[in-house]
Amino acid sequence: MAAQFRDQDQLLSKMATGNGHGEDSPYFDGWKAYDKDPYHPTKRPNGVIQMGLAENQLCFDLIQEWLMKNPEASICTPDGVENFNGRALFQDYHGLPEFREAIAKFMGKVRGGRVKFNPDRIVMSGGATGASETMAFCLAEPGDAFLVPTPYYAGYDRDLRWRTGVQLVHVVCESCNNFKITKSALEAAYENAKEDNIRVKGLLITNPSNPLGNILDRETLKGIVSFINEKNIHLVCDEIYAATVSTNQPNFISVSEVIEEDIECNRDLIHIIYSLSKDMGFPGFRVGIVYSYNDAVVNCARKMSSFGLVSTQTQHLIASMLSDDEFVDRFLAKSKERIETRRKVFIQGLARAGISCLDGNAGLFVWMDLRILLKDRSFEAEMELWKVIINEVKLNVSPGSSFHCLEPGWFRVCFANMDHNTMEVALSRIKTFMHQIKDQNREVKELAKKTCRQNSLKLSLSRRRVDDFLMSQISMSPHSPIPQSPLVPART
Amino acid sequence: MEKENRSRQVLSRIATNDQHGENSPYFHGWYAYERNRFHPTQNPQGVVQMGLAENQLCFDLVEKWIKENPNASICTREGANKFKEIAIFQDYHGLKEFTHAVAKFMEKVRGNRVTFDPDRIVMSGGATGANETIIFCLADPGDAFLVPSPYYPAFGRDLRWRTGVQIAPVDCHSSNGFRLTRAAVEVAYKKAQESNINVKGLILTNPSNPLGTTLDMETLKSLVAFVTEENIHLICDEIYSATVFSSQRFISVAEVIQELEHCNRDLIHIIYSLSKDLGFPGFRVGIVYSYNDIVVSSARKMSSFGLVSSQTQHFLTSLLSDEEFVDNFLSESKKRLAKRHHDFTTGLEQVGISCLKGSNSGLFFWMDLGPLLKEQTFEAELKLWRVIVDDVRLNVSPGSSFHGLEPGWFRVCFANVDDQTAEVALERIRTFVLDNGKKGDEGR
Repeated sequence: MAAQFRDQDQLLSKMATGNGHGEDSPYFDGWKAYDKDPYHPTKRPNGVIQMGLAENQLCFDLIQEWLMKNPEASICTPDGVENFNGRALFQDYHGLPEFREAIAKFMGKVRGGRVKFNPDRIVMSGGATGASETMAFCLAEPGDAFLVPTPYYAGYDRDLRWRTGVQLVHVVCESCNNFKITKSALEAAYENAKEDNIRVKGLLITNPSNPLGNILDRETLKGIVSFINEKNIHLVCDEIYAATVSTNQPNFISVSEVIEEDIECNRDLIHIIYSLSKDMGFPGFRVGIVYSYNDAVVNCARKMSSFGLVSTQTQHLIASMLSDDEFVDRFLAKSKERIETRRKVFIQGLARAGISCLDGNAGLFVWMDLRILLKDRSFEAEMELWKVIINEVKLNVSPGSSFHCLEPGWFRVCFANMDHNTMEVALSRIKTFMHQIKDQNREVKELAKKTCRQNSLKLSLSRRRVDDFLMSQISMSPHSPIPQSPLVPART
Repeated sequence: MEKENRSRQVLSRIATNDQHGENSPYFHGWYAYERNRFHPTQNPQGVVQMGLAENQLCFDLVEKWIKENPNASICTREGANKFKEIAIFQDYHGLKEFTHAVAKFMEKVRGNRVTFDPDRIVMSGGATGANETIIFCLADPGDAFLVPSPYYPAFGRDLRWRTGVQIAPVDCHSSNGFRLTRAAVEVAYKKAQESNINVKGLILTNPSNPLGTTLDMETLKSLVAFVTEENIHLICDEIYSATVFSSQRFISVAEVIQELEHCNRDLIHIIYSLSKDLGFPGFRVGIVYSYNDIVVSSARKMSSFGLVSSQTQHFLTSLLSDEEFVDNFLSESKKRLAKRHHDFTTGLEQVGISCLKGSNSGLFFWMDLGPLLKEQTFEAELKLWRVIVDDVRLNVSPGSSFHGLEPGWFRVCFANVDDQTAEVALERIRTFVLDNGKKGDEGR
């Protein structure tokens, strides 16, 4: 009989005592700064503005209006309470049939009616978080890997890997070609894994992309589908930002459309992750969806959904809301319009401040290029700049390295989780900051002139670049040497 | 076929094995029910569902409360101004008011004899998610947990499927009323150790499913002492805690550890849910409550995979914060469960069928049909079960599905039907027993 108490390390699982959850990262500094001093227009006008949360807060007025007209959508109103008993008891992991039908219809509408989704393939999960993990559990063994293009949503490190033991292998995407997912990058990643004896089970893409805020063109998507068919690996498409794509060209193309046209494609390899967190703005309701074209996966994912079903109270509400065709059509149109307007205004504001963003018409954020502001082309410099943005400019933006971007200097900035006035405040702070830098550089320049023999190391690169940039269009620089990713062994 | 094989090859082992437990013969009962559901007027000859441990006896109270409290919903005129704030809330700590309300409710269920810290309340995807999460936190693949049998069938999936952890059963016998003893736990523990199985803990379901009994203070104390001595975990699944309907009160492990000076609290964890006590399985409200800070922290991070819908958190906060409602609900629920239990067990006794003595809780009773078995084997039990499902038309659950050691026991749920249906079901069993007499061995 052991008299002593063992260490917690031995007492608990490796999972509980390890870092697989990914939360011990420096990026939480931004969150802490915000929590300590959150912006408020009157109470805390100098507080930190939250621009690190990809939320869609632009259309709640439409939702509220609909709720008032549809009291039976709730099981807690006098009109809906007769359903309470039945819903409270219903725990069938198939979900309410009306819920599945409404979701399938909604997904079809989001894709402009160009594809149809089968309600029997709709499987619930605990948000998109749960959906991603479920996919990994169904498709891969511990030690297997998924290819994932960089930069990517940081939560994948936890969702795909933590409890599953699955690895992620980066597909390197570069700014020189707008972070396009190229065939050669896919092949290189696949070969790298093979050389390390890592078995690749699939490729995970996010389309529309987080953090890039753009969509894949048809050619790229077709190339991806060919690639996975050729290698006989799975393709998991996270399409949770599908309805955030503007109505201007180019249109969003879902993998579901591409496979309709491709008769050679093995549909057993195709799976979609979806959620209502971004398109509807309901992250709190935990409506995650796994949609697979593979019957065995549907079956397995459904059994796993017991670990994260959607509350029937919420299923009932969503079924009601999304079955209302007229409301959905109006919501989608208005939502796209408002996101697009917000995006445009924001990008123009940034441009006036002398900052450019990656071209894109999707997502709830922009991928901002601040490379010219870096002291040098390093992630240390990026972190330094980020700390300045948080602590002095008072904006919680997300540094590119938190998305495993392999080139320093990029930042994701969210714009749809605030009202218009707050966005204007954010833009003016950015503008002020950029002018301050310009002024500082001008002062330094004049000082250097006075003491012309003095060698100012700090001047040269950034100052020249800021001046050049402010005076002319930015031109993409040739790609910098890619620093080592911690997830893939060293390459030359 | 070839395509199917090729397809199965590209999936994980988890996806293609049977550990989810659903390819079992017990689904025959479900199918029989689904095909031919009982209805008092539309289908009076249909199958009565007695395999679902649901609590349907107090919905009238909840419905009345809902009508009187429109603020509880974010979809009413009164509550809609909170819709946006709730819809965007995804913090895995949960709504503060929610964790407070749940903690308070758990205290009331235990007669306010203990206090629960809201900061230790962690959400999960139902008790299903809670059980899996706690195992992920405490054990590595290949490790094992001791589980007294008979036990809830889905433990096979919840504890083992995706975690890779094993179940080491602790045998309980009818000779002492299936009471769990420290001695039985020690036997199972030793057996596992001799097979080089690394036991990480013991799981108790208290009140017990399927037995419908609770553990006494002495037993609980001895088990807490055991785990402390062996430095293994104790997980107490207390999801039926408010279904204790007799005067013999429920004793939670939370009370026990308050009284014990030498107990390592880092080993103690409680699983809870609102599925049984309130009758809300559809709302997926699972709770992990741990006295171990690292477990709380880790389970909370894992809760991202199965948070409670904020819409539901908001509603329940309101409901559970209404002390008058809660007090009335808990006392009414007890009364109605007690009556239903009494009606069934005395009705069966009258025809010579006994149920486990000392049952004082749960939404079911553990019925002894051993006297009706042709022979004391599980084959005979399954045969009898099929007769009950197909001819008597009652979907009860055979003891073998709970991994019991002794054939002839059946779990019969009584709280998921109305009074009329309950009467019909009771009548059918009595008729069947009287028609068939006692076959095989003389009494038990």
